Amino acid sequence: MQIYLPIADLPVNIFLILAMGAAVGFVSGMFGIGGGFLMTPLLIFIGIGPAVAVASVASHIAASSFSGAITYWRRRAIDPALAAVLLTGGTVGTALGVSTFTYLRALGQLDLMIALSYVVLLTTVGAAMLWEGFRAILRTRRGVLPPRRTHNWVHALPLKMRFKRSKIYLSIVPVVIVGILIGFIGAIMGIGGGFILVPILIYLLRVPTSTVIGTSMVLTLVTMVFATVLHAVTNHLVDAVLALILMIGGVTGAQFGARAGQKIRGEQLRLLLGLLILSVGIRFAVELVLQPTELFTIRQSEAAQ
Amino acid sequence: MRRALPALMLIAVCAACSPARAERLIVSVSNHRVTVTPNYSGEELVLFGSVEKDASTPAARNYDLVVTVAGPRTDMVTRRKERRFGIWINSDYRQFLQVPTYLALFANRPFDDIASADVERRQQLGLNNVLLTQRVGPDYADVVPNDAFRKAFVRLQSERGLYREDTSAVTFLTPTLFRTGIPLPAQVPIGTYDVEIKLFADGALVAKTESAFEIVKIGFEQFVANTALQNSFIYGLVTAALALMTGWMASIVFRKD
Repeated sequence: MQIYLPIADLPVNIFLILAMGAAVGFVSGMFGIGGGFLMTPLLIFIGIGPAVAVASVASHIAASSFSGAITYWRRRAIDPALAAVLLTGGTVGTALGVSTFTYLRALGQLDLMIALSYVVLLTTVGAAMLWEGFRAILRTRRGVLPPRRTHNWVHALPLKMRFKRSKIYLSIVPVVIVGILIGFIGAIMGIGGGFILVPILIYLLRVPTSTVIGTSMVLTLVTMVFATVLHAVTNHLVDAVLALILMIGGVTGAQFGARAGQKIRGEQLRLLLGLLILSVGIRFAVELVLQPTELFTIRQSEAAQ
Repeated sequence: MRRALPALMLIAVCAACSPARAERLIVSVSNHRVTVTPNYSGEELVLFGSVEKDASTPAARNYDLVVTVAGPRTDMVTRRKERRFGIWINSDYRQFLQVPTYLALFANRPFDDIASADVERRQQLGLNNVLLTQRVGPDYADVVPNDAFRKAFVRLQSERGLYREDTSAVTFLTPTLFRTGIPLPAQVPIGTYDVEIKLFADGALVAKTESAFEIVKIGFEQFVANTALQNSFIYGLVTAALALMTGWMASIVFRKD
């Protein structure tokens, strides 16, 4: 069944979009991530403009992270204080990201920046996760306990605050900076940023695993809701029809993914996720380096709109 | 001098057409208001008409007909990718000013057979001769037809079905009765479309007339697109609320305990 996407200005098959939403939702439920880094490239791949894809995926991620956040809230696996501090940075970062997005679009370099950020971010994060996953698997094979690090330079920073539910005593400076960073790249790349945020919270800020995913989902939720509204107001690029179909597919797929994820061991899960992230990054890199079949692009210019 | 040029051309054109008042064109489009619904997958309008002669018309004249359909005009930018630092990025660009978003040129035989190169250029016959004004730095000009940006612009628009040229689309049913189809792809922009019909005989323009039709989009999708532009803040809030609703519903539907 064909449906016309009003903002993307493109007829698409509704079942294809539903299936994509469900597939990405499955993966995101399995790994406990938003899945934006998969959804945005997929949309670009079926012919939706990168700018519309980034803007519309934001609301899709908001939906899936909200359903996740409710579940984690019921289990008391969210640290409200930590989420609030992250959010102060997150909203600033999102606003910065959306204005950078608008500026790059006017320059005609937005598509390039989206592709470049995907290459840099996904290959590094993917490779790091893959490496970490391998080491973890080797460690369990040998029966060696993982090294325990207790303090790092982060704990020497000022403005310390006690986060009760996570049972940590931490400076708010790195927390706010992490929030800004995630909000910024989220708005530009159309990702929730969970796959970067969770490792940062665990390894750098030493947030316990009991609260890390739930808290990161709250940040994702609020920044993505904020990004949706900002993208709609400044660039008029949010396709509500596309977003709604994606959401419905996404939240359904996520439930089945979450059940599948519980059957796989943690290290293997991280290894798989690393592989997935790395391959998406490499795909973008290949596209940038190979000569495109079409060197020219046309677009209605801003002044006329 | 530059100002006098169009005026002179006007006189020249009128001089060419005034003695040939003998023919008159009567045309009609099958539909003056095309409504595009969400499941619209492209359709074809039909333009038909006849050449009316009077007593002074030479009896056995062979007519040629050129139909130009131009959609609403807008500014467009064409960008070219170049290899920089090993990757392909947009570097050079040209701005096309007030160019038609849809442009179709139909004739009954190749333009080169209808008129001389000079007339073709003056009457803008064929995609190669249509005026597409570019801004190159501070200057405004149309460039030669084989300019890389102009060629790419026409080619890309043609690939989307928005620019087309067909020199066998016009058919004469009788020596004076003609028809042509105007294909409108699914991506047609909304707005007013001007149709210009030119009649040629022996390589010269003998009659000219104009018509128009309108394309309107209706339905839920168009409502969404309008709201996104006009009430963008409310649109953003509603989309975000929709996301929260969907997430909340999912957490209720799939609640395990």
